[in-house]
Formats: sequence, C-alpha cells, structure tokens
Amino acid sequence: MNSLHNLFKQSATYNLYRLLIKEVTDFFETLGEMGIRFLQVLKFILKGELHWKKIIDECSRFAWDSLPITLSIVGMSCIIIAMQISPEMVKQGGEKFVGTLMALIVTRELGAIMAGFAIISMIGSSYASEIATMRVTEQIDALKVLKVDPIKYLFVPKVAAGFIMMPIVVIIASLFGIVCGGIAAHLSAHVSKLNYISSVWQGLYVKDINVCILKSAFFGAAISLISSCCGYLAFGGAKGVGIATTKAVVWSFVAITIIDYLIALIFFF
Amino acid sequence: MSIEIKNLRKSFKDKVILNDISFKVDDGEVLAVVGLSGAGKSTVLKLICGLTKPDSGEIILSKGDIAMVFQYSALFDSLNVFENIAFALKERKEFKNKYSEAELKDIVAQKLKMVGLEGIEEKMPHELSGGMQKRVSFARAIVTNPTTILYDEPTAGLDPVSSTIIEDYIVRLKNELKATSIVVTHQLSTIKRCADKVIMLYNEKIVYNGTPYDMIHNGNEYTKQFVNAKIEGPMKVGTTEE
Repeated sequence: MNSLHNLFKQSATYNLYRLLIKEVTDFFETLGEMGIRFLQVLKFILKGELHWKKIIDECSRFAWDSLPITLSIVGMSCIIIAMQISPEMVKQGGEKFVGTLMALIVTRELGAIMAGFAIISMIGSSYASEIATMRVTEQIDALKVLKVDPIKYLFVPKVAAGFIMMPIVVIIASLFGIVCGGIAAHLSAHVSKLNYISSVWQGLYVKDINVCILKSAFFGAAISLISSCCGYLAFGGAKGVGIATTKAVVWSFVAITIIDYLIALIFFF
Repeated sequence: MSIEIKNLRKSFKDKVILNDISFKVDDGEVLAVVGLSGAGKSTVLKLICGLTKPDSGEIILSKGDIAMVFQYSALFDSLNVFENIAFALKERKEFKNKYSEAELKDIVAQKLKMVGLEGIEEKMPHELSGGMQKRVSFARAIVTNPTTILYDEPTAGLDPVSSTIIEDYIVRLKNELKATSIVVTHQLSTIKRCADKVIMLYNEKIVYNGTPYDMIHNGNEYTKQFVNAKIEGPMKVGTTEE
C-alpha cells in the first residue's frame, strides 16, 4: 500500500495536480491581497491622508511617460480602422457617417481600451518593477522600520495618479485618434474634411464621453493598484522582479477587460 | 531601552527557524548574534523590529524608538543622500512639519559628520561605495535618536579597513547615543570590538550565551568550531537553511 502511495507521489499526474493546486492557491492569494490593499488605499483616500507632492509627481510621471506611446497606439489604430471602413462606406454612399462611426468607436471603446493597453505596458510594468525591486532590496522593510506606511507612501499616490490622469490621457488620445482617422479617411477615400467634422459631432454623445471618462478613471486606478500589488508581493531576486512585472501586465490586461465589460453592461444594455 | 525575548518560536511554512528562544539585552548593552548562515539570526532582528510576527512567545521592549541598519544598506535608490537621511523626519507622523528645511539640513549635516561623510547630501546612493552606503544607512538610522539599534551584518561585503570603520561607528554610537544594540555578524573582530554579550544560534536553539571573551577562550564545542572555522564539529553546514 505504501509503495503504491509512493509510486503515485512520483507520478506525472500527482505533479500536475500539485502544480494546479499551487496555481489556484496563488491566484486566490493574489486576489485576496489586492482586495486588502484596495481597502487600505480607499481608507487613506477617504481619511484625506494624501501626500500631495508625491501625487503630483506621480501624475506628471503617469501622463508624461504614457502620452507618446498612447498617442501612437490610438492614432495608428484609428488610421487602420479609417483606412478599412472609409472606402467601403463611400462605395455604399455612407460618406456622411464615416466621422460618426469613428467618433462612436473611439469614445465608446477604442480610446480607453487601447490607451489602457499602452499604459499597462508603459506605466504598470514600471510600477511593478519599481516596487518589486524595493521589496527584494529590503527598501520596503526599511520604510516599515522607519514607521512610514508603504501603502500610504507607495500605493496611494500611484492609484490617485492613475485615477486622475488616465481620463486626461484618454481624452487627448481619443481626440488625436479622431483627427488621425479623419486624415486617413480623406487620403484613402477622399472623404471631405467638412463632412467628416460635421459627422463626428453627430456621433459624439455626452453619455458616451462621460462613460469614457469614468471607465478611464477606473482603468487607471485598477492598473496602478494591480501593478503596485504584484510588485509588493515579489520575493527572491531578479527573477522575482521579472515574475512580478509579468504578473502585473497579465492581471492588468484581464482586469481592464472585465471592467470594460461590466461598464458596457451597466451603461449600454 | 532593554529588550527581553521569552520563549520565541518562529517558523516559515513547515520549517521551524527558532524554537523556544529566550534572552535579554540590558540598557546600553551591545549583543552580538552569531551562527551559521540560515540559523535565524536576521529573523531575530526582524521579529524585534516587527517586520515579521512570531508564532508564539513574547518580545518585551521598553519605551523608545527602534532603528535598523540593513545588510545591504537598503537606501531608497530614487532619493539622494539628504532625502534618505531626512526621510523619517519628513514622512513620519510625529515629526511631520516639525522641522523647517534649514533645520533638516542642519540635522542631516550633523548626522553625516558623525559618520564621517560630509558634503555628500546631493549624491545618489548608486554614486557611493558599499562602505559609504553603509555609513549613510547608519546616519539614516540614527536621525531619530533611537534608543535601540539593530545591525544586520553591518560589515558584510566590506574590505577589512571599511569593516573596522563600521565597527568604530558601532562603538561610537553605543557610547554617544547610549543605545541598546543587537549586531548580527559572522566577524570575530566585530564581536571582540563591539559586543558586551554574545548568543550563538544553531538548529533552532541558542547554543551559547555569554561574553565574547568566554566565547573565544573558554567556549563550548559549538563556539570552538565557529571561532576556529572548522568543518568538523557539532554544526553541519546546510542543515539549517531558512
């Protein structure tokens, strides 16, 4: 009986089973950790214990670092979409609706989600690796020994910066995307500028803009919180920092997709 | 500030690191904690300063502030030397807005002078040598005038001259601040020059508790193996990994 038990313990099935259990446990541990950190961040924000200088620093870092890549990605996506839909719409006699369609696509979905992906790769990964490095080099322990709360000092300014700056970055990127789309429509299908501009106005709804701003704010806060958490949970050395950064990117991608779905469900169905 | 540890037990997952550990450090004393790598020396410091919680047992600290000097300095690499040293005075609740910028500059300059590093306030940690980083971390630790200072392998990775300088600072801080100190070390020179008492950890327990002189000259089989750096003896390397 004992030898059978030992044989089972050495089998591939057993190892796979252990790996699965470990992955599931890790998943729920990370999720739980994020929930706890979210509540701690919320507590500091509600109590007004904000480090304004750090928040302003983080805001400028968030916007300044992410804007070039966000503008590039949103701009290019809009150019590609405009190049593909404009000739077809002009053929079908829908020239007047090219701008409307672009405005709807950008404000409802493309602007926020593409900016989200750009910001995860630019800001989320940098937050995660920064905090993970602080963790593995005992800088977070040093903060605790100096009696400075790491959540208040590291997390709150980053989450606040994400919440404040992401809508601004998304608005700028969306406007840029609509302009790029217009240029692409004009060059690829000779859509007139006046037609494009007037149809953009028809496609812009106050509700869409408000939802886009709200969604972006949630995206920004979620990316900052998840990336900071993944960094905070890092252990080991350089490998630990790498794992934390990858985890931050993957978790943030999944999180913003889920938030996007929930917001679409709440506001558009 | 005295430190008393009673029946302390700490484990990580299934591995017991410390089991039923008890010792006392009196006011103004320097205790050296020695042992093989992975014996739980740094864990003792982390338990005392609250970075990790014991499974059971008591840590009794009399009133006062605790500071710690980390093994690899742990300076905040995004802040310069001035910001590192002034950090606690700027960020801690009880000190916030207590000092003007000019007063902070004076305090930092004074602490830097104490560790023999003047005029490096604007430098970033990566611009300093290992020994200098260690001294800056001393200055950061003493900026709040702590009553207890914990040193985690303060001379690790330093050349013999830098190690002597660091040992001198430990003695100086003991004399000038009258702080109670615990030094985790592998260096016999640190034990001889700085410590009033020594405890040695092995296999979850304290295997020696006495004076540095006795440890070196009349110790037990564990201390003899440690002092003479012998492979043969009651302690087996690699059996006490954390």
